[in-house]
Amino acid sequence: MLHYMGRRLFQLIPVLLGMSFIVFMLIRAIPGNPAQVILGQQATKEAVEALNASLGLDKPWYTQYFSYLGGILQGDLGVSLRTKLPVSEEIFPYLAATAELALFAMIIAVIIGVNAGIISAWFQNSWFDYLAMVIALIGVSVPVFWLGLMEQWAFSIKLNWLPNSGRENVRDPITAITHFYLLDTLIQGRFDQFIEVLKRLVLPGLALATIPMAIIARMTRSSMLEVMRSDYVRTARAKGQKMFIVVYKHALKNAIIPVLTVIGLQTGLLLGGAILTETIFSWPGIGRYIYEAIGFRDYPVIQSGILVIAFIFIMINLIVDLLYTVIDPRIKYK
Amino acid sequence: MNKKKLWSLGVMLILVLSTILAACGGADNKDTGSKDTSTGGDSASGGGAKTLVYGRGGDSVALDPAVVTDGESFTVTANIYETLVNFGDRDVTIQPGLAKSWEPSEDGLTYTFQLQEGVKFHDGTDFNAEAVVKNVERWKAGGDKHPYFSSQFVVGDKQVIESVTAEGDYTVVFKLSQPQAPFLKNLAMSPFAIASPTVFEANEEGLSTDPVGTGPFKFVEWKRNDSITIEKNPDYYIDGFPKLDKVIYRSIPDNSVRLNDLTTGAIDVADGLSPSDKASIEANSKLQIIERPSMNVGYLGLTVTRAPFDNVKVRQAVNYAIDKQALVDAFYEGLAEPAKNPMPPVISGYNDDITGYEFDPEKAKALLAEAGYDGKEIELWAMPVPRPYMPDGQKVAEAIQKNLADVGIPSKIVTFEWATYLEKAQNGEADAFLLGWTGDNGDADNFLYTLLDGDNIGSNNYTFYDNPELHKIFVDAQTEIDEAKRNELYKQAQEIIHADAPWVPLAHSTPILGASSKVSNYIAHPTGSDRLDAVDIK
Repeated sequence: MLHYMGRRLFQLIPVLLGMSFIVFMLIRAIPGNPAQVILGQQATKEAVEALNASLGLDKPWYTQYFSYLGGILQGDLGVSLRTKLPVSEEIFPYLAATAELALFAMIIAVIIGVNAGIISAWFQNSWFDYLAMVIALIGVSVPVFWLGLMEQWAFSIKLNWLPNSGRENVRDPITAITHFYLLDTLIQGRFDQFIEVLKRLVLPGLALATIPMAIIARMTRSSMLEVMRSDYVRTARAKGQKMFIVVYKHALKNAIIPVLTVIGLQTGLLLGGAILTETIFSWPGIGRYIYEAIGFRDYPVIQSGILVIAFIFIMINLIVDLLYTVIDPRIKYK
Repeated sequence: MNKKKLWSLGVMLILVLSTILAACGGADNKDTGSKDTSTGGDSASGGGAKTLVYGRGGDSVALDPAVVTDGESFTVTANIYETLVNFGDRDVTIQPGLAKSWEPSEDGLTYTFQLQEGVKFHDGTDFNAEAVVKNVERWKAGGDKHPYFSSQFVVGDKQVIESVTAEGDYTVVFKLSQPQAPFLKNLAMSPFAIASPTVFEANEEGLSTDPVGTGPFKFVEWKRNDSITIEKNPDYYIDGFPKLDKVIYRSIPDNSVRLNDLTTGAIDVADGLSPSDKASIEANSKLQIIERPSMNVGYLGLTVTRAPFDNVKVRQAVNYAIDKQALVDAFYEGLAEPAKNPMPPVISGYNDDITGYEFDPEKAKALLAEAGYDGKEIELWAMPVPRPYMPDGQKVAEAIQKNLADVGIPSKIVTFEWATYLEKAQNGEADAFLLGWTGDNGDADNFLYTLLDGDNIGSNNYTFYDNPELHKIFVDAQTEIDEAKRNELYKQAQEIIHADAPWVPLAHSTPILGASSKVSNYIAHPTGSDRLDAVDIK
């Protein structure tokens, strides 16, 4: 087990290295010069050249790449060309904002998705099954952008139940400690603010949860269908055990492995793919951070931001793989 | 089976309800805007605190005005720091600021400023002549770290400000190496705000995240890409100002979401709205529209080094071919006037005697025939981002495409991502391109020389237009300190540009802001950086 983990972590090195190289080359392939973007339309040619030199962008690419790699090995993710702040320092609040939202969305997606999938499988070909699968089909196809705007229109503007945008009520700001606001408000014992933060998580959380929820529901359904045809479930049912026990104790345990894989993949995707949701809900997350950095050709932020997300993505999948062994003792890694 | 169905329905209901309940927990204390100011429990502001929440499209880059170039940064710094001289409330005339008065010498080479007395920086440092000298020396030493200083006060390798000295506690003398006509206008620009020397002498970079000036508001907190909070400076040297206790700048990237937030009362002012939002604001009795005086120009640039626009007749023909009034009506919702010169009428030196090219397709066709234009397709570049001077580049390009087709110029609309667009246009890769400019300091030089002089090819002169006669006029105007003579030079320049037609000037737009009707005294400034010291909220 430890050996397996060690091997997996070791495999990380070439993956991240390759990743960093591809990203490094790709962003330099797009036209548009950071110095020019930083200085804006007003800039003179000399000023742009001078800034390029002081940013080290006039050096050959391999010099830049190796000095970047050297920095990363020392835990230095570079300095944002735009804000002049170290990326490692700047990135955390964005990451926390997205993580909080993604976690919230995944919890919704898992609870609803898994249960809807189970019920659909159990009552295969019932009205619920058809309805759930139609909803799931719509769920994977609906554009998040549109969904977000519709949610705002309905729940914020028309019904006035939930706030429209932002992570907090700026008129009553939250003191950021961990940058996970739900946690921060609890640490400070501010239950009113906790509710406020929770309310603000709902609309973007739902928008973000839609696609994984639908995928999880479909995956759970097909996986459950398979398991339910197996002998041990038939035996359990024949013994007259309560349906609830059969499903959640016997069947789900075996059906959940592929679902877990999907959950892991989707969580990783949420981290990086939240740009649209973050834009619509003015969420100061990592997606927008990187997106804006692309607009400004802020190379260090783009490089390191993507690298950090890739790292988390891989770690989540490692955790998922390890969870398999917990759930199903037959699975063993050597 | 029936029982099972009921059960499944039950489970589904519980699931749905539990999410909704989680959603609406505590829905009774809804976020209804300013109501929260009193229930917020913010001990610093207390019960009757007046908080203004300002929604805008993007975050600031840094809060040290000397190192940034973006408007969003200046929007905030203009309220934390102050400049030696100010622009007028609604225009670009020069008014006292941290300097009570000033006296230029006869030859325009020496300026003597008398400073306000008894002003303190937010950190308690005294504002005096010494502080001003240290600020100017910091800018001078900054090189490319201070982009605006090098663009406004460095000509070639020469510093325009030769020296600056303190004579007594409250008198500062600037010596210039050459007369500079827009000298005072430059000093009034946000990048030349005076910061606390105690702070930047200890840690210059610190100013970017912990700004300390003399302005009406003090910096409180910055949550990146989210909000910047500033609060009333209780020791502000002008009695009774500012009116507000707190201002919170929120970044809300999506235009329609910003408007929604304004409608629900989550924000009190929304900047950068689309012209198309005007109607819905006007229809809402709780909201008001604030118009920003126009100081911009949107244009169609014609790269003069590329065929067919290397022929002046073709360029003139394009000028005749485009129906500007129709563009203004269709895409600016009436919030613009058709342009005939490369600078807006508010700028002193504007030549109103010029008769713009009227919309006349027949004349255009005749000119094209004269020029021997071969009917080859051109590329028409459409801006990918909305700007006040160009609310929708794609649609404007489509209308222009139609106008051009009508006179026999076939064109293909092309667009790139913004940074790429600018770089490629700057390299002269475009045939015809949409672009625009918002003035920095309200001076004619900042439009005409910056955008159309041969010196600026490779930076802001995207059309590669270069006329030696014009260049001479510009250089003369830069050092001419007699306002009347200077205006005469610029009028002459506009005639030459009109005849050479490197551009089709399209429109001068009036950007709009939306605000709650509870907000009073909000004056939008043409430069885009609004001072909020007189703003009040009910």
